[in-house]
Amino acid sequence: MRKVKVRKKILIANEEYAAKNRAFLKERKIPCLNVISSPGSGKTTLLAKTIETLRGKLSIGVIEGDIQTDIDAQRIRKAGAPAHQINTDGACHLSAAQISDAFHKLPIDRLDLLFVENVGNLVCPSTFDLGETDKIAVLSVPEGDDKPAKYPMIFARAAAVLINKIDILAATDFNIKKVKADISKLNKNTKIFLVSAKTGEGMKQWCDWLENMADSKRKKALKKTRPRQ
Amino acid sequence: MHEATIAQSVLEAISAEAKKQKARPIAAKISYGVFNAINTETLKFAFEAISKDTVCENLKLNIEQKPIKAKCKKCRATFEFDLHESKCPKCRHDDFELLPDAPLLLEEITFEDK
Ligand SMILES: Nc1nc2c(ncn2[C@@H]2O[C@H](COP(=O)(O)OP(=O)(O)O)[C@@H](O)[C@H]2O)c(=O)[nH]1
Ligand SMILES: [Mg+2]
Ligand SMILES: [Zn+2]
Repeated sequence: MRKVKVRKKILIANEEYAAKNRAFLKERKIPCLNVISSPGSGKTTLLAKTIETLRGKLSIGVIEGDIQTDIDAQRIRKAGAPAHQINTDGACHLSAAQISDAFHKLPIDRLDLLFVENVGNLVCPSTFDLGETDKIAVLSVPEGDDKPAKYPMIFARAAAVLINKIDILAATDFNIKKVKADISKLNKNTKIFLVSAKTGEGMKQWCDWLENMADSKRKKALKKTRPRQ
Repeated sequence: MHEATIAQSVLEAISAEAKKQKARPIAAKISYGVFNAINTETLKFAFEAISKDTVCENLKLNIEQKPIKAKCKKCRATFEFDLHESKCPKCRHDDFELLPDAPLLLEEITFEDK
């Protein structure tokens, strides 16, 4: 028997594409947020509401990831933003190569902010780097307040957590204090927003945060190159 | 859920090395960080299935899961992150930065003697 040390990275292809995407976005100063949650937590509804709230303030584009159909991209277009749908055909997460392709399906140079709605899954998408600026986690009230403890990887890595569907809080035993404590234990710097994409409650704080972020990255650069419409 | 894709990449990496070494691999060790969301049993099962009729058939796949590390923002100590005790073991401070998870790595291969 003979042992050979290899120490070779596997899945290097995704990392290479992610690094390329990151450089592409940085060059254009476009913040890109990778939105991750379980199916049905309200990602698409939240994005549609965000687009409506920020109309005239930020030019937003969305890359949609789903196993099948382009229903979500249609919903985003209806809300007034350009969207490109990726179908993963069974895969549980988006890959960085798919995002590289999708950039060119959007009017990328006109965007102030790019969202990626990942495939509904709290586990796998959190481990595949897409080259995004930040990860955003969405947790909806009916899913239960134990999810940050049970699925720590996404909550530990998210720059912000949106707790959605707070309009139905009263009908559940969801404990906001506990969730906040659990998330802070994983990452003290995570911003936590309590929102309802349905009633619009809390959307202002979230949209202000987005505007601030896009401001610092993009608007200064834009002023130099073209006047805002 | 993406173990099949990973098994395929592992198979390709081992097969490439086997070709270089001109020998039959009988065992291999891979490692990855605990936040990689890979189920060890599922990965082994997937590898066994796809390695049939290849140079890697019957290869024993050993898997090591590496803990995730964190760096204390106060005393700068690096420590193994524990979900249940998320404080710096040195200074008890609770503000820290999670370091990147260990990548998926093909560590070593054991070859049959020629
Ligand atoms: N009550 C309530 N329902 C919501 C809210 N946001 C989304 N929903 C509903 O949750 C369901 C799933 O939403 P969707 O946006 O498709 O979730 P996604 O799978 O994460 O994209 C839909 O029926 C939405 O109408 C909310 O804030 N409150
Ligand atoms: Mg959706
Ligand atoms: Zn410390």
